[in-house]
Amino acid sequence: MALNIVVCIKPVPDPAYYDKVSIDPVTKRITREGIPTIINPVDKNAIEAALQLKSAYGGKVTVITMAPPNATENLREALAMGADEGILLSDRAFGGADTLATSYTLAKGIEKLGSFDIVFCGAESADGATAQVSSQLGEWLGVPHLWNVFALEAPEEKQLRVKTKIENGAMEWEIKAPCLLAVAREVNKPRFISAMGIIKAKNKPISTWSKADLIVEDSRLGLEGSPTKAGGVFTPDLKRKGEMLKGDPEQIVEEILQRLRAGGISIDLDGSCEWGGGK
Amino acid sequence: MKKKIWVFAEQVKCGLDPVVFELLTKAGELAAELGGETEVAAVLLGDGVEPFCGLLAEQGAEVVYLADDPALGMYNPMLYAPLIVELAKKEEPEIFLFGATAIGSQLGPTVAAGLSTGVAAHCVDMRINSDKLLVADVPSFGGKILGEILCPDTRPQMASVKPGIFVQGPPCPKPLNVVKMDLSLLPKSDLPLKALSLEKKEVEGVPLEKADIVFCGGYGLGNKENWDKLVKLAAIFGGAAACTRPAVDEGWSGGEHLMIGTSGKSIRPKVYVGFGISGATHHICGMKDSGLIISVNKDEKAPVFEVSDVAVAMDLNKVLDGMLARLS
Repeated sequence: MALNIVVCIKPVPDPAYYDKVSIDPVTKRITREGIPTIINPVDKNAIEAALQLKSAYGGKVTVITMAPPNATENLREALAMGADEGILLSDRAFGGADTLATSYTLAKGIEKLGSFDIVFCGAESADGATAQVSSQLGEWLGVPHLWNVFALEAPEEKQLRVKTKIENGAMEWEIKAPCLLAVAREVNKPRFISAMGIIKAKNKPISTWSKADLIVEDSRLGLEGSPTKAGGVFTPDLKRKGEMLKGDPEQIVEEILQRLRAGGISIDLDGSCEWGGGK
Repeated sequence: MKKKIWVFAEQVKCGLDPVVFELLTKAGELAAELGGETEVAAVLLGDGVEPFCGLLAEQGAEVVYLADDPALGMYNPMLYAPLIVELAKKEEPEIFLFGATAIGSQLGPTVAAGLSTGVAAHCVDMRINSDKLLVADVPSFGGKILGEILCPDTRPQMASVKPGIFVQGPPCPKPLNVVKMDLSLLPKSDLPLKALSLEKKEVEGVPLEKADIVFCGGYGLGNKENWDKLVKLAAIFGGAAACTRPAVDEGWSGGEHLMIGTSGKSIRPKVYVGFGISGATHHICGMKDSGLIISVNKDEKAPVFEVSDVAVAMDLNKVLDGMLARLS
């Protein structure tokens, strides 16, 4: 027996550069020039989770993405980590997709692969960060799905014990394959790519599928298939006056305490008369 | 037919999540903007949750849709989503709001897929436009960019909002009106997904969201000792200590539940004091609504100073130790 595992990844602009993202004042488009495209960081945890299951039970790891043609580079990187095959879903008709249309298209790509046991996703992307695609993909595929998985065990091949994060705590689950798991960064530590990995990746297959290769309803694709529409974009103005405090540490501390009080914080300084006789 | 604005009334064992009251307040405002006879309702699922109906009515829910069943004691998307989808198909709400909590972040998009409608994720503001459509401001690129999201053609127009983004308003009590949901839709057979347990840690000290003053530490803290000092300082003020992503990754802070930012919490204390924080957009997005922002960073060009009211360009050790010495 062996596991058939699919990992969904998303190429994103490197989050280390998001301070440099801006809106072109004329075209009103988001400019992200010069920012390198990388595999969405938590998607590497998804790849790692898949590779670990494969090494426990055998099988195959297929990495899939819906992206522009140059995303083959990101797929190649996933193959260098150890995945077996890459699928790029790329077509102009897929463009402008929101989470519902994206998850639909990914589902159709995965269905074309044939049967699967587990689909892994990262819990959210660094750029859009809606964290919605995985849950909606689970719905399109008609399989049980969990989001924000931070611990994962597979005591049996097709039965998993999983923990998901909740506020200040965790939920524990039993989930049967076929299923979908969206992982959080705590789930594992993605492996580094070895030189051998890079060499092997060169001969691993990457296929590109366009709309014509999939059995899809056109009205569910891309912009047309997206119930949400984008309105205006803007950069929030968060500027404050940034008044610089001067002085030696003692003076600075007094100045900060004064500001805290002015900001509505009561300060209880025992035995001090500085604030007019204590509290 | 009356227009309806729904709020998912998330609760985990011990009570309703505060975000529910924040959303009910916002729903009331949106209802006023929509005009006409717009009705605010809450959708409540769980086991033994009927007593919460009164609290929801107190905060403005004119109707509470209730599914109270032992099977719903622990959240399970395979149980919750079908019930809510069927209810929404029948009642056709105009707007449906979810807290962007761990559970809401999964349930919202799951329900949306069932209804083939759109969700604006992690809204930081929302309003009704002149076409009577919901306009939601949604952050992307770690909060650097805000985009307006509309859902013009499908209903409900859904949105998720992180806890702490909106402020809970004063109560606006409505007569209790409970409508029971159809529990015959609950699957009888064995599900491939079972919730086994739910653990919630008791929060020590003042919860981050409720603190008047928050002391926040970033990568510049440099070590665990300084984090401990921050916690001490917070305790002196009856406030809370918080952190950025790097301080979580370095293992200095108590953990991710104390993290402020786009993938963490949004806070609006009276005063925020940041130590060793450079000012990455991801973090700023979570603290920008603080009353007063004071930042301590030895780099006088730190970007965080631009979004601060008060800037202290000094070695944070001196300031931390100085404050502790002065106050203890």
